[in-house]
Amino acid sequence: MFGTYDIPDQRNLLDRTRQGLIGAPLERPESGLKVCGVAPYAAEHHPPNCAEGVLVTATIPQGRVIALHKDEVLAMPGVLGVFADKRMLRRPAQGTAGKAPVQDVRAVEYHGQPIALVVAETFEQATHAAKALRVEYEASATVPLDPEGLETEPGRKPVVLGDLDQAMAEAAHSVDLTFTTEGHASAAMEPHASVAEWQGDDLTLWGSFQMISHNVKELADSLRIAPRHVRIRSAYVGGGFGSKLGISHDAVAAAIAARELGRPVRVVLSRQQVFDTITRRSETGQRLRLALDAGGYLAGIGHEAWVSNLPDEPFAEPVTQATEFLYSGENRKLAVNLARISRVTSGSVRAPGEAVGMQVLEAAMDELAEKAGFDPIELRKRNLPSSQPGKDRPYSSRMLIEALDQGARAFGWQDRKPRPCMTREGEWWLGMGVASAARVNMLRPAAARVRLEPDGSLRVQSDQTDIGTGSYAILGQIAGEMLGVPIARVTVELGDSSLPSGAGSGGSFGASSTGSAVFRACEAIRDKLAHRLGVPIEALELRDGMAIASGREVAVIELLRGEAMEEIGRIKPGKTDKDYAQASYGAFFCEVAVNAFTAETRLRRMLGAFGFGRVLNARTARSQCLGGMVWGIGSALTEELGFDLRDGQMTNHDLAGYHVPCHADIPALEVILLEERDAPASPIQAKGVGELAICGAAAAVANAIYNACGVRMHDFPMTPARLLPKLPDPF
Amino acid sequence: MKFFDYARATELSEAIGEFAKPIAGGTNLLDLMKLEVETPSRLMDINHIGLNEISPHGDGLRIGALVRNADCAADLRVRRDYPLLARAILAGASPQLRNRATTGGNLCQRTRCTYFMRLGTRCNKREPGSGCDAIGGVNRDHAIFGATEHCIATYPGDMAVALAALDASVQIEGIDGSRQVSLRDFHRLPDGDPHLDNVLTGGEIITSVKLPAPVGGKQIYRKIRDRASYAFALVSVAAIVTLDQGRITRADLAFGGVAHKPWHDPAVGRALIGNEPSDQLFSEAADLLVNQAKGQGGNDFKIPLLRRSLIAVLREATGIGGNDVRNL
Repeated sequence: MFGTYDIPDQRNLLDRTRQGLIGAPLERPESGLKVCGVAPYAAEHHPPNCAEGVLVTATIPQGRVIALHKDEVLAMPGVLGVFADKRMLRRPAQGTAGKAPVQDVRAVEYHGQPIALVVAETFEQATHAAKALRVEYEASATVPLDPEGLETEPGRKPVVLGDLDQAMAEAAHSVDLTFTTEGHASAAMEPHASVAEWQGDDLTLWGSFQMISHNVKELADSLRIAPRHVRIRSAYVGGGFGSKLGISHDAVAAAIAARELGRPVRVVLSRQQVFDTITRRSETGQRLRLALDAGGYLAGIGHEAWVSNLPDEPFAEPVTQATEFLYSGENRKLAVNLARISRVTSGSVRAPGEAVGMQVLEAAMDELAEKAGFDPIELRKRNLPSSQPGKDRPYSSRMLIEALDQGARAFGWQDRKPRPCMTREGEWWLGMGVASAARVNMLRPAAARVRLEPDGSLRVQSDQTDIGTGSYAILGQIAGEMLGVPIARVTVELGDSSLPSGAGSGGSFGASSTGSAVFRACEAIRDKLAHRLGVPIEALELRDGMAIASGREVAVIELLRGEAMEEIGRIKPGKTDKDYAQASYGAFFCEVAVNAFTAETRLRRMLGAFGFGRVLNARTARSQCLGGMVWGIGSALTEELGFDLRDGQMTNHDLAGYHVPCHADIPALEVILLEERDAPASPIQAKGVGELAICGAAAAVANAIYNACGVRMHDFPMTPARLLPKLPDPF
Repeated sequence: MKFFDYARATELSEAIGEFAKPIAGGTNLLDLMKLEVETPSRLMDINHIGLNEISPHGDGLRIGALVRNADCAADLRVRRDYPLLARAILAGASPQLRNRATTGGNLCQRTRCTYFMRLGTRCNKREPGSGCDAIGGVNRDHAIFGATEHCIATYPGDMAVALAALDASVQIEGIDGSRQVSLRDFHRLPDGDPHLDNVLTGGEIITSVKLPAPVGGKQIYRKIRDRASYAFALVSVAAIVTLDQGRITRADLAFGGVAHKPWHDPAVGRALIGNEPSDQLFSEAADLLVNQAKGQGGNDFKIPLLRRSLIAVLREATGIGGNDVRNL
């Protein structure tokens, strides 16, 4: 199929081009607009005569809405309408759904679910009316609200190889541990928001999305109209973390109300509604079994988990994803089981799977290393397989050993005390921990248009989104590099569904996938330029607007002859996707202080070393790594969704109650970027980086806590409340 | 948000009376109005009536009710003579909030009980007589002292905990004149009417907080929290401890995050006074403190946490244990 990536591109073309943009730590071109507050986010579009919509949410965990007392609310000042349309969403769409998620808000499936939309002239009128709307329910009698102990169903194809029980029985050293992790929120800074405007049968929706080509289909299908009637615009997105992969309640509700009222409608979720209605990361229970033979090699790995979701929802937090390929061990049992409960939809939250899977695998590895008397780094290094267990395919590239070694040197790992409780500073125990990082790599279908203008400037267009990660920067860098155009003359236009379909932002695949589409479009233009210059493509060098070959130097604008050159580049995953185990790797090192009296844990310093193929922009890549580590720290120490198990309501649905790490919680973080070329991953030899730096970070913190105070924590986050009962005598 | 009328007072007399809810920094009230937990029909902006100075008062200081928290914490006299107060203020909220929040408003801030903050749940504080969903619910933030079957909420602030240790008093102005109450008596226990957070009656406002003469000693505010940034106290300890010739001569203690008011138990201080500092003495005092504590399930950890926190603070205050304490 056209654009399919079947043969690894070993040419490393971007190492031979001469513009000097690739890898350079360039600032994001839109960053000035953002810090000045003039980059318009979804809710900041103000079409004339726009009305304001506010969602009404359910106060029961399950049942039916039998009456909405609309008339009382319609009589209130400014109220224009109350909508409870069958097409409105009960659940948000999962990533890449491409079709309508579960609709019809007359039924209630979880506490806080949207059940109606109130639209008024002003936001305050709509908010007050939404709160005033009287709703009568027929509540279900018994509702499953607590996932623990519920019967489960398989949530992911299990991996069973050899005989793990026997390997455990015969092991020289083994661990058999049960961990729990609490649910997480995405909590992006920009809440989910939509402004819908109709012109005849055509809808324009300004929204906050990650994967626009899918979102168009989801929105059109929800509204029962053809996708060609839907245009989504999402030029700036204030964070997604998975929660904007699919469309949410706001988009469909705004579109329905705008159509009905004949005027634009804006719907912005409140922070509390974001927590109550948008996909969460499931809480997990995970049993880890590791069997080590007398030679210090893993003979078996067991990773069995339960997670939760709403009935029939296919997503099951894939916590075993990295366990499938990271370490050796012939005997394996990996399974994810799903409990069905009445709790807001679980779905992809940054680094679904590895974020909390690596967190416990790497904590278990630390315990095994201690039992077997290995340095934890050594245990990991000696158990890296040469091909993926059970699949017998090679690794595309793997910088794990380099990450562990270089990280250890830079961090000063040799100063770590071999046993806990050996370093005390006043009230504080100090300790160090290490963990591996691993995250699967994905190449997704993508297209991008590149246009070399007659004046030699360059335009890159795709519906690829930039959710704060640097898409604008790196796509411009790739195009400028390939075509020898200074970055100041490159314009990147993104986030508009009328443009060619990029991969979108998710699964850390945006940069390598859409970047490869840009690369291919540029290759086609390079071919044309070489042809016009009359030289073989191999001889062509493009730099600063000049084409240089065989001793000749010609301005590119001369070759253009007054006409633009335009190409659309495409990429699709192909054989390299099947033939190689592809992942990004790294290592975390951290030092913590644990207060011997109060059980407060404070991070002293943290270092991550990461290998993820070619570095496209050292600044944005580093920022992604920093952000990932902060997520890991949150997962380790503070982040947990709370639920009242009597009625299912979320008890900390805002950023005062849901504690993400903030400045005072984050000390000096250091990032080492390990350059590598991963040809099977993509034609630009790049892999995903965004999520990598979460995957295992929390384990490094847990392992450091053990090294500090001798307490093995198996329940995350490791709050003072959880740690205190296990602390040794403080005196 | 429910519609409301807004008026701006230019002098104190306009601010007194039951016809409007006073608003100063609004850092808590506005949040509650957005949630419609508070639905005043009229707001009286009192930001322009003065009361924004810190001035000498006898041997002590008078802090106007409208002095911003940031200004109070930065005041040289406060930092020199009442470091406990400056530290407690800086342990609370965020710089942006402290720039806006006022002394009087801080004392009047309301509980952050999740059920109080969420309409549709039962809460005797928000809707008297409706019940208390925090009991038997998610209550890790809740009270271990003085809770009743009607309410287990905590007073969330830090500043008032320091003021309780300092034995400050609150100056109140009402239609019938002015009165003064000890800070330790300003907030209430929930008893049977938890909708009343403090002793202010309708129409009264706080005009100032008075600090007694400086007492010196070692002054420590220790706030135990889930994260170092912006979080309410799991428990907090405010301590003023004086040593003379190896014996404790003053031990003024108050505790936050544990009750419907800053918790002050004079017996704990008395148990320390006259004694040489030791871990055994501190353990006995801490046992005395938590003797009557009662957990609700989710907050049971607060009892040992408070006990150990007090011991840690007393060790720091008296320098025993050879502690090189670094506040991280």
